[in-house]
Amino acid sequence: MKQQFPRLLVLVFGAFLLFQFFMPHEKSEWLYEYLLDWIIIIGIFALAIGIWSLIRVHVDKIKNKKIGWQYSYVTLAGLVGFIVFGFTIRNGAEWGWYFPFVLSVVGMFLMIIQAMASRAKVAMFAGLAGVFALTALLIGIFDKAFSFHFATSEGLQAYMFVHSFDFILIPIFATMFSLLAFFIASAAYRAFRARSIMATLLLLSAIIVMLRFNPYLEPVFGSYISQTSSWLMNVPNLAAQRAIVMGVGLGIVATGLKVILGIERKYMG
Amino acid sequence: MDFTTFLWTTFAAFLTLCTFSFLYKDNPFYKFAEHLVVGAAAGYFTIILWHNGMIPKLMYDRLDDGSPWFLYLDSSAPWYLLPAILGMLMWTRFSKNYSWISRWPLAMYIGIGAGAAVPLEMKARVNEQLVAMMAPINWSDFFGHGGFNLLDATSGLSQLLVFVGTLCALIYFFFSKAHTGVFGGMAKFGIWILMIGFGASFGFTVMARISLFINRMQYLDQQWIVAALDLGDTPNEAYHWGFPFFFYLLIAVVVGYTIIEIYRHVTSKDVTSPQ
Repeated sequence: MKQQFPRLLVLVFGAFLLFQFFMPHEKSEWLYEYLLDWIIIIGIFALAIGIWSLIRVHVDKIKNKKIGWQYSYVTLAGLVGFIVFGFTIRNGAEWGWYFPFVLSVVGMFLMIIQAMASRAKVAMFAGLAGVFALTALLIGIFDKAFSFHFATSEGLQAYMFVHSFDFILIPIFATMFSLLAFFIASAAYRAFRARSIMATLLLLSAIIVMLRFNPYLEPVFGSYISQTSSWLMNVPNLAAQRAIVMGVGLGIVATGLKVILGIERKYMG
Repeated sequence: MDFTTFLWTTFAAFLTLCTFSFLYKDNPFYKFAEHLVVGAAAGYFTIILWHNGMIPKLMYDRLDDGSPWFLYLDSSAPWYLLPAILGMLMWTRFSKNYSWISRWPLAMYIGIGAGAAVPLEMKARVNEQLVAMMAPINWSDFFGHGGFNLLDATSGLSQLLVFVGTLCALIYFFFSKAHTGVFGGMAKFGIWILMIGFGASFGFTVMARISLFINRMQYLDQQWIVAALDLGDTPNEAYHWGFPFFFYLLIAVVVGYTIIEIYRHVTSKDVTSPQ
């Protein structure tokens, strides 16, 4: 039951989905759609494990005062803040007691975390969590400036949710990716040495593609750099990428078949 | 730009500078941004999955009149309960004695995922690439459209090069036969093609990162500084002292941290450095 049943499930569902592709029947396609919904729903429940794991990691960090433990509060506050923003929406032009409410919820959560992480004064932190919870509850009940939307997707258009995404997540993500420009360039400086024909080809094609939009080269070389760069991207690069994509595809198919047939079982832990 | 939007913009500028500060070294500002993004992203995706997955796929659907139709209460569709029960079985991972039950939903997840992926991947990554690879060669414009042009990516020569290049690159990955003779020559040509491809991809990635960097610089310059100092073509009617105040406050933080770091650097006694 512990080992064989999961393998049987993988075989049955995997084989069914495999053959379903070749059965363009209405009921078969309905079942296919339904099973795809299944994995989304199972994934959502699995997300709860992920969130719990994130909380556990940071509680452990705070508890044992590991390096940078103070920043764990930032992570946890960001997590709760976004969840609150996604479930609440302003009703009119006034904010009312919305921000004290958000602070109370975040405060309650952090006090619970502190109670979990503390070896002493647990009762005090639990009491503070209760005070924050009561404050949030009272504001939530009596303040009509905002309302809760758990069952409708209006929270996705909430001012705070949208602005937090645009002005917190996007800048950090974009800047982190742009940071790679510096590290990738320094890595290239160390790695790109024209020691052989192959290394020289790598170096030359990279340089030509990088110089594509350089405005200072246009008067000297005309459109040759741009044309060569386009040709490199669309001909040799296409051939290389196509071979890699086909190799990856065959690899995925082979791994999928190994999983379905029970040869690959690492997913069972 | 109103003051509230400016405050958001200033916070975004602060986070941008915090993240860029990693170029100097790992520091408290970078750590702050890094930890914030981890928690915020987890919260963001929780909300997205809740509103776009949990509610429409499990809890209820909307009828034409807008009223909710509770899937899990509908006796004509009891199968909607199954994935929810399976999902909850994942939580048995928290128990030492019953954690093995969590393998059931995981096995279904893996089975469905693998079964759906095999034919789709075969179709998209292998069959369709093979079809594209074997497109007819344009013999009439072999050396370029309207004249001799080796850099014409749609000429017959380029098409032939794509075909031969793909074939040779695949041969390079074929290790069941020794890379000798004609086969070895083709494998060698394949690796040349692969190296050119890797170089072009690398250059393209660098340029994409550079353009993101330029975008962040433009954000700081054209949105944040312009709004803070009211440098736009048309004066901002909502402009008041708060705009430059928060701008200079952030500048003061940057300058202050820089001075502290220089002071630390000067006063530190690095025993490992050569005299």
